[in-house]
Amino acid sequence: MIDVVLDVISWVLLALGGACVLIGGIGGLRLPNFYTRIHAASLTDTMATLLIFTGMMLQSGFSLPTMKLFAIMLFLLLTGPTATYALANAALLSGMKPDSGVERDRGASGGVQ
Amino acid sequence: MYILVSIAILVTMVLALVRALLGPTVYDRVLAVNVFGTKTVLLLSVIAFLYGRPDFLDLALAYALINVVGILAVLEFFQDRSRKQQGADND
Repeated sequence: MIDVVLDVISWVLLALGGACVLIGGIGGLRLPNFYTRIHAASLTDTMATLLIFTGMMLQSGFSLPTMKLFAIMLFLLLTGPTATYALANAALLSGMKPDSGVERDRGASGGVQ
Repeated sequence: MYILVSIAILVTMVLALVRALLGPTVYDRVLAVNVFGTKTVLLLSVIAFLYGRPDFLDLALAYALINVVGILAVLEFFQDRSRKQQGADND
């Protein structure tokens, strides 16, 4: 009984994680300028990582792979937002202005081409 | 279910590659490469469970370590370069 419940919970978490990955990927391609694309990419960095790894941890039970999964998840959750922050900081310092998405995709708002 | 998740991750990797090729600025490209690297770690972990070989998790851990160091190094390089260019403009 408890196995079935754990299976269902982990499948739901994995499906939600896959949906988050897809939404983030489509957003990273389709959104109009750089800062909005950072928003979409950070969705896949944190939410999808959390959901997919939690789902796999529920599948593998209490064992060594669970500890490895936990270590990878912790590392990704620590470094993903740090890398995104460094990226946004570098873009801002190089003079790329956050605009409202009016100047679309031309790189017209400055920055290194 | 693992196969569905890995297909979703693969589609996202292709979309990130398209953004890396299109990206108008260099920061778009770095962002797309960062997404690609994170998705590689996820894909390796999912494949480890798909084929029932948990050894792949070690590869995923190593790739996560390499990825973040690479992204930070590339960013440091471009930040340094743009600062030098600004300094050259001011001179």
